[in-house]
Amino acid sequence: ESYGRVDGCSGGAGGSMHLFDRSVNFLGGHGIVGTHLPVAAGVGYAIKYRKSDQVVLCFFGDSVVNGGPFHEAFNMTAKWELPVVYVVENNSYGMGTDIDRVAAVEQLFTRACAYQGKRAEQVDGQDVMAVYEAVSRAVHRAREEVRPTFIEAVTYRYLGHSMSDPAHGTYRTREEVQRERQNDPINNFLDRLIGAGICTDEEYKELDREIIAEVEQAAEYAESSPAPDRDEIYSHVYSDEYGDLARRDRWR
Amino acid sequence: MAVVTYREALNRALTEEMERDERVFVIGEEVGEYDGAYKVSKGLLDRFGEWRVRDTPIAENGFAGLGVGAAVAGLRPVVEFMTWNFALLAYDAIVNSAAKFYYMSGGQYNVPIVFRGPGGSALQLAAQHSQVPDPWYANIPGLKVCTPATPADALGLLKTAIRDDDPVVFIEGELLYNVKGEVPEEEHFVPLGVADVKRSGEDITIVAHSKMVHVAMQAAERAATELEVEAEVVDLRSLRPLDADTVVASVRKTNRAVVVEEGWPVAGIGAQIVDDIQREAFDDLDAPIARVSGLDVPMHYARSLEKLIVPSPDAVLSAVKHLCYLD
Repeated sequence: ESYGRVDGCSGGAGGSMHLFDRSVNFLGGHGIVGTHLPVAAGVGYAIKYRKSDQVVLCFFGDSVVNGGPFHEAFNMTAKWELPVVYVVENNSYGMGTDIDRVAAVEQLFTRACAYQGKRAEQVDGQDVMAVYEAVSRAVHRAREEVRPTFIEAVTYRYLGHSMSDPAHGTYRTREEVQRERQNDPINNFLDRLIGAGICTDEEYKELDREIIAEVEQAAEYAESSPAPDRDEIYSHVYSDEYGDLARRDRWR
Repeated sequence: MAVVTYREALNRALTEEMERDERVFVIGEEVGEYDGAYKVSKGLLDRFGEWRVRDTPIAENGFAGLGVGAAVAGLRPVVEFMTWNFALLAYDAIVNSAAKFYYMSGGQYNVPIVFRGPGGSALQLAAQHSQVPDPWYANIPGLKVCTPATPADALGLLKTAIRDDDPVVFIEGELLYNVKGEVPEEEHFVPLGVADVKRSGEDITIVAHSKMVHVAMQAAERAATELEVEAEVVDLRSLRPLDADTVVASVRKTNRAVVVEEGWPVAGIGAQIVDDIQREAFDDLDAPIARVSGLDVPMHYARSLEKLIVPSPDAVLSAVKHLCYLD
């Protein structure tokens, strides 16, 4: 999808910001900060409306908690007791701005504490098992009690905000990034698995090789996939026949 | 045929569609216990219960976005905005979410949702409550836009909009709710994107939509009696898809056109209509095309100026006179 090719999960129409996959109920990739929180609440509304036992998981970055859609979505989710788990990945930076410079709370999970009926908790986002347990509790609570949960996972972003954004510079130091890399969630988890005798160093290296091969295969697949044909321009604007789109510009 | 108000026609459309399809639900400010700020949803809460008639907090972007989520998850929400002025707070949900979901997911998730409410000026509601939002939505690929002028069209278009698989922006006329008109007793649908000739004439075409259709009709009646000019009035009914075929066919017959809209002139719907006419019927024109629009100012509170800002039958008649070389 990032290559903009027809075999991408959004047919090349979305790119890295708009990944969707209906086959696994992945409702996407939204590029406006916070805009998908009310959408997630609506999916939760539909689940409760239909008396289904599904649960919505909604992920977003730390900058979202300072915006209106966060509060509008949380208020409705809590008031109507919708089965939604909101997970803020607090990596400290909204693009190039330290969250502490723009948020009037010290800990982001306290933002959700104003809403009754909602459980809010903070978890070490660098600890795989802690995140797994927190999300499992939240999903159970959504499914059994039909109540929402807010999880703040405290983590860190090694790279820049986007591909054109440097990893460090005016807003943080190289030393800070290097220091945080020492607390890497994957390496920490691996140490734990090896320490507990669940995985050997050899098994890990084999797994690593398999994953690198899979990624390389994926890149080859992407490169060999065709770019969308010009006939695709008007596809998926509407779900029915809508003949009007090409009427008003005949010069290309 | 029964004679009902525009408000009653909308209520009937909602009731029929909610009876037919349990995925249809209504959500918005005051739609339940209060029966709707303009009483369009009267009686629905008692009939369908709170999960299908949901009173919301005053948080337009929030509940509009919630509607989008419910729609992609398979329900068919009808989101009411108390007025379209407040929907500016939900422009993000409508434009960035509803209008884009289907395209940017490569056709995986469509959004069967209706956003509805009153637009346009009423009486001395001043600058923030009198705006015409029509072109703000007609500009957006991914949306469909309806602007019914009569009770029959309000009924037929709303039923079609609710059954449509794409997001529909449904802009009612705030001063039209009490307008009465004949409505078929049997089930009634009006297709989206099909204009309607509300009055036939040979001498000049007047293009209008929503409340301006009534202004155009008054001007056309006066043109007939005062000028012996027979005007054809084309009611666009939908602004997206925009039925240029009907407009162009009318102009090919009459060779003259006045384009009327309540909103502002710059980048208004009328500008698009003028382009459609000049592009496809240039050689048929016997006079330049005239536009009559709202004046290019925020709405004034004082009645004396408000009356001047909104297009009147007098203004349309002046344009007709000019294009027929009668002034």
